[in-house]
Amino acid sequence: MHKILEKRQLSYDKERDQSVFYYKVEAPEIARNRKAGQFIIFQIDEDYGERIPLTIADANAEEGWIAIVFQTVGATTRRFSMTFNEGDYVPVLVGPLGKPTHIEKKDGIIVCVGGGIGIAPLHPIVQANHAIGNKVVTIIGARTKELLFFEDEMRKASDELIVVTDDGSYGRKAVVTVPLTELCEKEKVSEIVSIGPAIMMKFCVAAAKPFGVPITTSLNTIMIDGTGMCGCCRVKVGDKTKFVCVDGPEFNGYEVDFDNMMQRMTAFKDKEREADHKCRVGLDAGKVKA
Amino acid sequence: MSEHKTTEILQEEAAKLWGEIEAKKAEGKFAAKDRTAIPQQEMPSQDPVVRAKNMSEVALGYTETQARVEAERCIQCGGAPCKKGCPVSVPIPEFIKHIQAGDFKGAVDTIKNTNLLPAICGRVCPQEKQCQSFCTVGKMLKSPEKAVAIGRLERFVADWERSNNLISVPTPKPDTGKKVAVIGSGPAGLTVAADIRREGHSVTVFEAFQKTGGVMVYGIPEFRLPKAIVAKEVENLKKMGVEFKTSFLVGRTATLDQLLTEQGFDAAFIGTGAGLPKFMHIEGENLIGVFSANEYLTRSNLMKAYDRDHADTPLYDAKRVAVFGGGNVAMDGARTALRLGAEKVYCVYRRTRAEMPARIEEVAHAFEEGVDFHFLENPTKFIGDEKGKLIGVELLSYELGEPDASGRRKPVAIPGTEHVLDIDAAVIALGNDSNPLMSQTTQGLNVTKYGNIIVDENQKTSIARVWAGGDIVLGAATVILAMGEGRRAAASMNEYLAGK
Repeated sequence: MHKILEKRQLSYDKERDQSVFYYKVEAPEIARNRKAGQFIIFQIDEDYGERIPLTIADANAEEGWIAIVFQTVGATTRRFSMTFNEGDYVPVLVGPLGKPTHIEKKDGIIVCVGGGIGIAPLHPIVQANHAIGNKVVTIIGARTKELLFFEDEMRKASDELIVVTDDGSYGRKAVVTVPLTELCEKEKVSEIVSIGPAIMMKFCVAAAKPFGVPITTSLNTIMIDGTGMCGCCRVKVGDKTKFVCVDGPEFNGYEVDFDNMMQRMTAFKDKEREADHKCRVGLDAGKVKA
Repeated sequence: MSEHKTTEILQEEAAKLWGEIEAKKAEGKFAAKDRTAIPQQEMPSQDPVVRAKNMSEVALGYTETQARVEAERCIQCGGAPCKKGCPVSVPIPEFIKHIQAGDFKGAVDTIKNTNLLPAICGRVCPQEKQCQSFCTVGKMLKSPEKAVAIGRLERFVADWERSNNLISVPTPKPDTGKKVAVIGSGPAGLTVAADIRREGHSVTVFEAFQKTGGVMVYGIPEFRLPKAIVAKEVENLKKMGVEFKTSFLVGRTATLDQLLTEQGFDAAFIGTGAGLPKFMHIEGENLIGVFSANEYLTRSNLMKAYDRDHADTPLYDAKRVAVFGGGNVAMDGARTALRLGAEKVYCVYRRTRAEMPARIEEVAHAFEEGVDFHFLENPTKFIGDEKGKLIGVELLSYELGEPDASGRRKPVAIPGTEHVLDIDAAVIALGNDSNPLMSQTTQGLNVTKYGNIIVDENQKTSIARVWAGGDIVLGAATVILAMGEGRRAAASMNEYLAGK
């Protein structure tokens, strides 16, 4: 059982009726051993809840907590955000899972690109690079101003922060690949780390390719156990099938078959929509009663 | 297929036999030949048509009369060949003798001296390959299938004890102050936990999943091993003072080294199982609708996705499901698919029924329930539609050639026999490799090229104070073999702790 120490809403997407939440959760063991790039799996019900993987967005070993950031895209995340508050307990939380990000001192700059909800998992990687003295330029982007979050945190952890929005409502009006390409043209870029929607990562890889800059992408496929046991999260990387949970979650972006990954992520789309709809109806009914 | 007999009919038949046995005994004319003349008692089961649509246990267990009759078939031949066929050497003739005397508690206590999980082993052991294959009665009747039904008797007495609330929990010896970490709560881990706790050492079992029981919970379906039975065994261990830590992945949440140094454990046992599903590495294997058996079964069993009204974990709707493989896991997958609503379930196996590694009873049950077996066929590629969804599989026909290293006749492909089977889900049940997590996160832990932990004759690993057993050592095997390894490890660990 893991106590929720802090809960904050980071954004609200009117168009899709989706919110992004930040939860700071007591988890001393995970906080102690976790490294940048690793994730956890949580359940909101031990018997019937589904297992949801989330990359750790922040942690503090001394204080014994980790932070998770998630978007209310499905029934579980929606119910979690509406029924779990500060002081409540998350019944199941396991981690840290996956291989940590490979962080090493580089000559050139490290460009960290985060799109939408991908900004959260990028945060510890920016922090870790910064901590060992790498020069980090971070690009964060979203469709519109309201969907941006972690701007202050990212500014604090980066040498330079570039903010873009698709509609120009905040920062520069551009998609993340535009400043990424410019940086590759102007500067000596040693590595790019890109986390966001699969399609964004795919475009970042395409942007990096002409410059031959190594690019790491972090994949967020569907998982069950998260320990290598089921293979639900598998994706084609190079000519091999890899398990995101134990071989990843980070892979060389040039080798990831993003089309295969995007297809596999639609496997349960109909079910998810159905469950989300039922969940909303249920929560609304609850509200009326209250 | 023979007519399905209800429990009532089987009970009636048994009662009649029991009357005859008693009459003969009263006349003092009950000899060995009378015992072997008694027909083997059939296991009562749910009607195949009904059970193929529900998750309840298929085999219902002997009635008391059936158990008494079946026990009378044992001639107490001397030498106990059956016991030699048991990986944990259960004193089989002795426990059966107790049943013959009507002393069921005595019977179950006798088993528990060597096997702590009789309700589980009675259900999932491949008895026909172990104890029952050595049974003298089976040999006299020239068919191991006519052997004394040892497994069913084991199950009967264990269930009798549980349903009569007579389970006694052993009292551990006084606390020694020594701490042991058991990694994995499957059959090997639970066995080790019990054996070590009995000696008075403190035991903490670490389980990565949210529920304890390992493969008995995530892998073996409810209809073959009710989860309440596994939960009961864990509860008994808790009563003995064993501590369980779920959602704790040793290697990540804490490394083995951290447990042994910072957290003060004196010794550790690794029983993490064979948890890395094998794929075939053929075209189309990453299409939507292609599952490892682990995923397919974990969704249904551990995550309870079969309970559509309550579970959040979704199932993949499929009307035509093909399961690949011929072992117990393949049978579990095929029979689960039926229960989840598939209209057609195929089992594709590259050899024939005779070579199938699954328990005979599971294969028979799958046939009865309507699984369509495609023997001597093997997939060459999966076929998908434009959205990446599975729509079919190309199969190649085989014939049996010379015996291979396993002693089974090797399947040989017949070129040009490719043909397509229309399916919308595929379940790959070709076994597991070992999960690399422990070896990746533990310095100095020696493993084979397949990733199995290397141990000595006492289950000791290359690291001081660390033992291992079960599937992580054996590769994918059985519950009882895992328990056998656990017993051996626990004995060695207890000896080490006593001398410390």
